[in-house]
Amino acid sequence: MADVGETRIITRRMHERPDDSWTIEASLGSGGYDGLRKALTMTGEQIGQEQVKASGLRGRGGAGFPTATKWSFLPKGVYPRYLVVNADEGEPSTFKDRMLIERDPHQLIEGIVIAAFAIGCNLAFVYVRGEFALGYDRLRQAVDDARAKGFLGTDILGSGFDLDIVLHRGAGAYICGEETGLLESLEGERGMPRIRPPFPAIEGLYAKPTVVNNVETLATLPHIILMGGEEYAKLGVGRSTGTRLFSLSGHVNRPGNYEVELGNTFRDLIFSPQLGGGIRNGGSVKFFIPGGASSQWLTGSDEHLDAPLDMDAVSALGVMLGSGAVMVYDETTSPALVAWRLAKFFAHESCGKCTPCREGTGWLEKVLYRLSHGLGRPEDLDLLLDVGDNISPGLNAPFSQTTICPLGPSAVSAVVSLNKYFRDEVLAGIAAAEVPA
Amino acid sequence: MAFTPENLARAREVVARYPRPKSAILPLAHLAQDQDGWLTRDAMAEIAQLTGVTAADVLGTCSFYTMFKRDPVGRLVVSVCTNATCLVTGGPEVLEHLEHRYADDPEVTVEEVECIAACGGAPAMQVNYEFHEKLTPDTAAEVVEAYRRGELEARTVSGSRR
Amino acid sequence: MTTTEGTPPQTVTVTIDGREIHAQPGALVIKVAEDNGIYIPRFCWHERMKPVGMCRMCLVQIEGAKGLPPACTTPVTDGMVVETRNPAVKKVQDGVLEFLLINHPLDCPVCDRGGECPLQDQTLAFGPGESRFVEEKRHFEKPVPISELVLLDRERCIQCGRCTRFADEIAGDPLIDFGERGGEMQVITYPDEPFRSYFSGNTVQICPVGALTSKPYRFKARPWDLASVETTCVNCAVGCRGALQSSTNRLVRLLGVDSEPVNHGWLCDKGRYGFEYVHAPDRVRNPMVRKEGELVETSWPEALDAAADGLRRALDLHGPEAVGVIGGARGTNEDAYVWARFAKGVLRTDNVDCQLGDGIPADVILGAPRATIADCDRAAAVIVLAPDLKEELPVLFLRIKRAAVDLGVPLIDVAPRAHGLSRYATALVRHAPGEAANAARKLANALTGSVTGDKAIDEAAAVVRDRAGDVVVVLGRPSLAESPQSIVDAAAALLGAPNVRFLSALRRGNVHGALDLGLAPGFLPGRVALDDGRDWFVSAWGGAPARRGLDALGMLDAARSGRLHALVLLGADPVGDFPDRSLARQAVAGAGFTIAVGSFLNDSTRHADVFLPVSLWGEKLGTYTNLEGRVQRAGQKVSPEGTTMPDWRVAVELAARFDDDFDLESAEEVQDEMARLAAAHAGVDASLIVRARDGVVLPLAEHRDELVLSPRRIPVTDASWEPIIPGSIPDEGLTATRLTDVLEATGTGATTTVKPAVEPVGDEIDEAAVVEQAVSDAQDLTAAAPDMYRWTPAPDGHAVPPRDAYALRLVAARKLYDKGDMVVRSPSIAALATAPILLVNPADRDRIGVRDGDDVRATTNRGSLVLELRGDATTAAGLAFLAFTQSGPGPADLIDATAAVTDLRVETLK
Ligand SMILES: Cc1cc2nc3c(=O)[nH]c(=O)nc-3n(C[C@H](O)[C@H](O)[C@H](O)COP(=O)(O)O)c2cc1C
Ligand code: SF4
Ligand code: FES
Repeated sequence: MADVGETRIITRRMHERPDDSWTIEASLGSGGYDGLRKALTMTGEQIGQEQVKASGLRGRGGAGFPTATKWSFLPKGVYPRYLVVNADEGEPSTFKDRMLIERDPHQLIEGIVIAAFAIGCNLAFVYVRGEFALGYDRLRQAVDDARAKGFLGTDILGSGFDLDIVLHRGAGAYICGEETGLLESLEGERGMPRIRPPFPAIEGLYAKPTVVNNVETLATLPHIILMGGEEYAKLGVGRSTGTRLFSLSGHVNRPGNYEVELGNTFRDLIFSPQLGGGIRNGGSVKFFIPGGASSQWLTGSDEHLDAPLDMDAVSALGVMLGSGAVMVYDETTSPALVAWRLAKFFAHESCGKCTPCREGTGWLEKVLYRLSHGLGRPEDLDLLLDVGDNISPGLNAPFSQTTICPLGPSAVSAVVSLNKYFRDEVLAGIAAAEVPA
Repeated sequence: MAFTPENLARAREVVARYPRPKSAILPLAHLAQDQDGWLTRDAMAEIAQLTGVTAADVLGTCSFYTMFKRDPVGRLVVSVCTNATCLVTGGPEVLEHLEHRYADDPEVTVEEVECIAACGGAPAMQVNYEFHEKLTPDTAAEVVEAYRRGELEARTVSGSRR
Repeated sequence: MTTTEGTPPQTVTVTIDGREIHAQPGALVIKVAEDNGIYIPRFCWHERMKPVGMCRMCLVQIEGAKGLPPACTTPVTDGMVVETRNPAVKKVQDGVLEFLLINHPLDCPVCDRGGECPLQDQTLAFGPGESRFVEEKRHFEKPVPISELVLLDRERCIQCGRCTRFADEIAGDPLIDFGERGGEMQVITYPDEPFRSYFSGNTVQICPVGALTSKPYRFKARPWDLASVETTCVNCAVGCRGALQSSTNRLVRLLGVDSEPVNHGWLCDKGRYGFEYVHAPDRVRNPMVRKEGELVETSWPEALDAAADGLRRALDLHGPEAVGVIGGARGTNEDAYVWARFAKGVLRTDNVDCQLGDGIPADVILGAPRATIADCDRAAAVIVLAPDLKEELPVLFLRIKRAAVDLGVPLIDVAPRAHGLSRYATALVRHAPGEAANAARKLANALTGSVTGDKAIDEAAAVVRDRAGDVVVVLGRPSLAESPQSIVDAAAALLGAPNVRFLSALRRGNVHGALDLGLAPGFLPGRVALDDGRDWFVSAWGGAPARRGLDALGMLDAARSGRLHALVLLGADPVGDFPDRSLARQAVAGAGFTIAVGSFLNDSTRHADVFLPVSLWGEKLGTYTNLEGRVQRAGQKVSPEGTTMPDWRVAVELAARFDDDFDLESAEEVQDEMARLAAAHAGVDASLIVRARDGVVLPLAEHRDELVLSPRRIPVTDASWEPIIPGSIPDEGLTATRLTDVLEATGTGATTTVKPAVEPVGDEIDEAAVVEQAVSDAQDLTAAAPDMYRWTPAPDGHAVPPRDAYALRLVAARKLYDKGDMVVRSPSIAALATAPILLVNPADRDRIGVRDGDDVRATTNRGSLVLELRGDATTAAGLAFLAFTQSGPGPADLIDATAAVTDLRVETLK
C-alpha cells in the first residue's frame, strides 16, 4: 500500500482557512466565484454540453448518473424550470455534504449559480436536511452575502442573468433525500416518492422541468470550469473521473472525510497513514460497508480491500460507491447486530407507500432483532432471504425491485451480505443461544 | 397558541417565497415550534389557513417528519444516534445513560435518532440540533448539564438560533 | 401493425399473456387487460382516479422493461409484450399479498367486508393457513368514528390510499389524509374535524377491505345474504345509478354503479343512506278516510270511493277549474303519466303542478335547448346560474368540478354568493337577489363579442370565445327568496348568446319526468303545450282541459280564498316545501276536499279527507327521468309495505270510478302507452328501456348516437369495491343471469383473484336493428303527434324594488340535509340536518351590533323569527343567507312568494 494522500479540490479552502472558510471574505480571498466569472463568459450549452460533459462528472448523490446527460434531458423551450439542490444527506455514515455546507457554503452557491445559468433556471431551491442547524445558518448568511456582492439576484455580475435561491429546511425524513420524495416534500406534501415516468427533468417541482443535483456534485462545478473539463477528467480512472469525498467511519484510527482521487483502493483509504490510518488497536477488518447503508458489504479479504474506488469496477463485486460512505468494522463486531440496526433504520425511514417496503422492512427488522438478540431460529436466515426476494427479486445489485424507489431493496442488502459472508457465524450463534433450556 | 403578530408577518413572508403556498408547510411548522416549543394543534390549524389547505392536510404532512413534536417536549431535545457507526462506538450506552438520567426530567427529552451525519466523531448526539461528538455517557451528560446551566446557549427545539 | 411515417397510430397492438390485443395508445396495461377479460389483481388502482402504483399488487412482466412494473401506471405502447401470470409475476404477487396479510387482523367473521373481500378471497386460495409471520401484529384502537357516518379500523387498512385520494381528487374534501410514516402510516382526520363530506360513503364502497365501514350498514347483513337490483337513485334529479340491496325484505344498502354518462360510480351520502324512510315506523301503510273529524284506517274500495265522490262533488258543483293537483315530482314516470291522464283527461283540470313554487316555470325547462351532463365535459364553458349544486345536486357538482379541474373547461359562476363550485371557477359574477337577469344580459353581450366593461365578465367571455363547443348553462333557482321570474329573464338573456344550451338544476327526484309527462299547467304529456296537443289527447284519452290552469302558487292562493274545492296532494307537502309557509298553511286549511296520495302524515296531509298510501322507491318498478331528460329504470327490491300500491294504479282505480277504463295493468304497459302518445317519449317503449344500458335520453331521435344497448357481453364483477358496471346486476325482465365468479387457484400458493367473467348473456340482440326500429317508431309518431314545445321568451316585465338601507335582502337555499319527510325518517342522516343560521357580512353583523352566535330577530311582512346570527365573508354586504329547511322555523316563515324579493329587518334581542 502506497502512502496515498488527499487530492484537495473541493476541500482545499477549508483546510487552508480552517477558522473562517465559510465567510465571504475567506471565499473571495481564495478564488471564490472565479469559476462563476469565467462561466458567465460562456453559453449555457458550452458549460453543460462541453465543459461538464468533458469532465465526465457523475452525480455524487449516490446513483452516479452523468451530470451533463441529466441536464440534457430538460425539454427545450419549457420554462420556468427549477434547480433543486439535494442537501438532505441522510444515508447512514455519510457526512460529507454537511461539511461542504458548514465549511464552504460559498463554493456550493457558486456551483448553484453556474448550474442554474447552464440550464436556464432563475429560481433554485436548496433542500437542507432539517437537523443541519448550523449548516442552515451558514448557508443563509452566505446567500445574503452573495446577494450583497452581486453573485445572486438580478443581473448577476452584469451578465443579465437572474437567480434567486430559496433555502428550505427538511424536518427529519431520510426518504426526502430520494429526489422525487424531496420534490414532494418541497411542495408541502408527505415525502413519498413519485412514480416515474414522468422524470423530474420533464415534470419535477410544481410539474415543471427540474434538475436535482447533490451538494458535492454542484460544489465541483466551479473547479471544472476553472480547470477545464478535459483537465478535470485526467483525474480519476475510467468513467470515474476526478475526486470524491469519502466519509470514513467505524473502527479506523482516523475517521473523517477524505477527498481522494478515484482509482485508489479501499485499502488505501482505510490504511494509508494520511487517510484512515488503519484499524484501532492494530486490529483487522472483519467487514466494511462501502457506499452507505444501502450497499451490500465487503470483507477484509485482499480481493475486497484491493478493489479500486471506481464506480463501475465495484459493481462487479455486487456493491456500489453510492454516497461515498465507508463504514469499517473490526473483528469484535457482530454482523447480525449491524444488520439488525440497518434494518431498523430502513423500517423507520420507509415512507410507507409501497406494500413490500412498508411491511417487508418491518418484518426484516423484527426477525433480525430476534436473530441478533439470542432469539433466532435456524430457519430465520432463509425466511429473511425469501422476504428480501419479494422486495428485491433476485437479490442482486444493482437492485431489481417490487417497489417505487430503492429504499425497500436497500434494506435487503444487509440480509444478503449477512447470509453471504456470515451464514455460519449466524447459525452457530443461534445454536449456542438455544443450548440452555 | 397560534402565531404572534410578529411571527404571523414572517409566516406570510415565507408563504410568498414559494410558487405554491402549500410548500410553506414545513418552514411554518418549524416557525411554530420555534415559538411554542412544540407543534400545537392550533398552530397546525393556522398553518392550514395560511397555506390554503385543510388542517388534515397539515397534520398529514407534519406527522411524516420526526422533527415535528406533536406532544409537548422538554426545553432541550437530546437526539442520540445509534445507527451503524455509533452502534459500535458507544452510542447505545450514551443513549441508555441519558434516558435513565433524564427519565423524569420535564426539561430534557431524550430520543434515539438515525444517523445525524457526524459519524467521523461517533458516538454523536445533538442538543436542539447542535452537534456534540466523541461522547461517553459521562461527557454526554456533562454537555446536557452545561445547557441546563446556561453555559451553552441552546437553540430552539426546531434548531433555530434564538 | 404498420403505420404511416410520422402520423401517430390510432391504435397500438400489444400482446398480453400471449393474446394479441388492439388498444388506444396511452391506455393503461391494467385497463387494457381488463377490457379484454384478463384481470390483473389490484388494490390501489381505481378506474376513476389517478393511478398511484402504491399497493404493488398489479406488478407484471414486460418484455424489455427493467424489473416488474405496475400494470396500473404503465401505458401500453405498440409491440409491448406483457405477462400477467408467469411464475416470476406470481411469486411477487404472492409476496405482496403475504406482506398485506402479516399485519392484517383475522377478524373476518365480524367484518362487513367479509364475503366480498379480495384479501379474504385470496387468502382462501393461498394455501397453508399458517403464516410465516410469527411476530406481533400492529395494533390500533378500533374502530374509530371519523364522521357521523363512517368508522375507521386502522388495523384492517391496507394503505391503498383509495379513500384519501377520493376525498381529495374527486370530492375536493381533503379531510382525511395519510398520517405518520412507514409501518405506522394510517388514515387520519384532524382531531375535532371529522370527515364531514357529502360523499363520504363512496370511500366505504371503494375501500377494498373492511377498514372503512358505514354506520348505517354496519352488521346489517352478510354479503351472501344480499339480493341486488340495479336502480336509479331518486333523492335528487341527477339520477345516479345504483345497486339496491336487501336482506330479509328490507332495504339495507345502496351501492353506486358506474354509469359513464351520469355518476361515474359515485353517490352522495344522502342518496346512499337516505332510503331508510321506506321502512319508517310511522309510514301510512293502509288507506284512511276522515270520519267524525278523525282520519281512520279503512279498506281501499271505501277510500277510493270516498276520494272519487269528493272529486265528483267538486266537479259537479264548481267545474274542473275548482280542482287542483299539486305534486308528483317524486313518483315514477308511470305515476306521473297516469296521474296526468287522470287529472287532465278525466277530471279535465289543468290546475296541475309538480313543482312547489320552488322551481322554474315548465315553459323554460321543457322548451329551451337542452344539454346533457357529459356535454359539460366538452363545453366551451359551463355557466352555473343555479343554487349550490353541492347541496342540491351533489353528483352533478362532482361532474362539473371534474370538467373544470381535470378537463380544463372554463367555469363561470353566476350567483349572489360563493358556493361549493366557486373555488373551481374561472370567473365569478356576483349579483344581488332578483337581479340575475342583469348579470346574465351582460354575460350574454360579452359572449356575443361586446365589451361590457365588467372585468370579470369580459375576461371570462374572452376565454370562452377561444374555445369550440357549446356553452352549457346550468339553470336553477339560486335563491327561493326571489321570484322565479328573475331566472326566467336571465335564461332569456343567455339564450341570446351563441350556442347556449341549458342543463336544468331542478332538484326533486323525478321533477323532469313529471314535467315531461304533463304534471304542469299548460302542458300535456310529451313536452307538448296544451293548446297544441289538445286534439291529439282528446282523441286518445277522450278529454283534455279547456284552458290553461294554475301553477302551485296560483292554486294555493285560490285555496286560501276558498276558490279551490278539491285538492290532491300527490306526495306533496306544501307547508313544508312551499317557500311561503303562511300562504301554504292558509291554503291547506282553506282547500275544500283534500286527498293525500303519499306516505306520511305531515302538516299538509294531516288536513286530508282521504289518505291513499302508495308504495315507494325500492318497492316498485318504474322509470325516472333525470335532469338531462334521461329515462332510467329503477328496480323493485322489496315488497310494498302494508297494502300500498303505486301511484299510477291509484289513478287507474280512481279513473275507473269515473267510468274510464285506462286498461293499464303494468308499468311496462304504461311505458308503451307513453311511447305511443307522448311526443318526447316516442319510441321509448318497455322493450327499449329494458335494454338501454345507460337509459334513453329524450327525445330518442336526437340522441340515438348516445344509446348503448345492454351489451351482449356483460362483464360481471361482484366485488362491490370495484367499479360496478351497469347491466352487470341481474334485473327482473332481463335475460341476463348472474355468472359465478371464477376463483382460480393454480398450483401451490397461487395468486388468485375474483376475476370478472366475460360471457355472453341472454339472447344475442341485433343492436342496430333494435335501435333502428325504435327510431323509426319514434319518427312515425313524431310525424303524427303534435310538435314539442319550444320556448320563446316573452318580454321581461320584472322589476326589483330598491332595498332600503336598514334592511337585508334575503337569499334562501337548500342544504343537502334538510328536515323533509325523507331525511327526518332516515335515522342515519336525520341528525345531520341542522337549524338554520342567519349569515350576514361581518360588516353588517357589526353594524347590527351583535357577535357571532348571538340571537337576533328577523322580520318581514310575512312574519318574524328569532335566529342565531353569524358573520360570513362570502355573503356580500346587504345580503342575508338562510338555509331552507322544510320543517321547523326557517326562511319559509319569512318569504313572500308573491313579491320579487324578500327584505328583512334584523334587530337585536333586548
Ligand atoms: C432512499 C434514497 C435516499 C437518497 N438520499 C440522498 C441524499 O441524502 N442526498 C443526495 O444527494 N442524494 C440522495 N439520493 C439520490 C437522489 O435520489 C438523487 O439521485 C441525487 O440527489 C441526484 O443528484 P446527483 O445526480 O448530483 O447525484 C437518495 C436516493 C435514495 C433512493
Ligand atoms: S420503496 Fe419504501 S421508501 Fe421507497 S417509495 Fe416505496 S415505501 Fe416509500
Ligand atoms: S400498484 Fe397497481 S393497483 Fe396498486
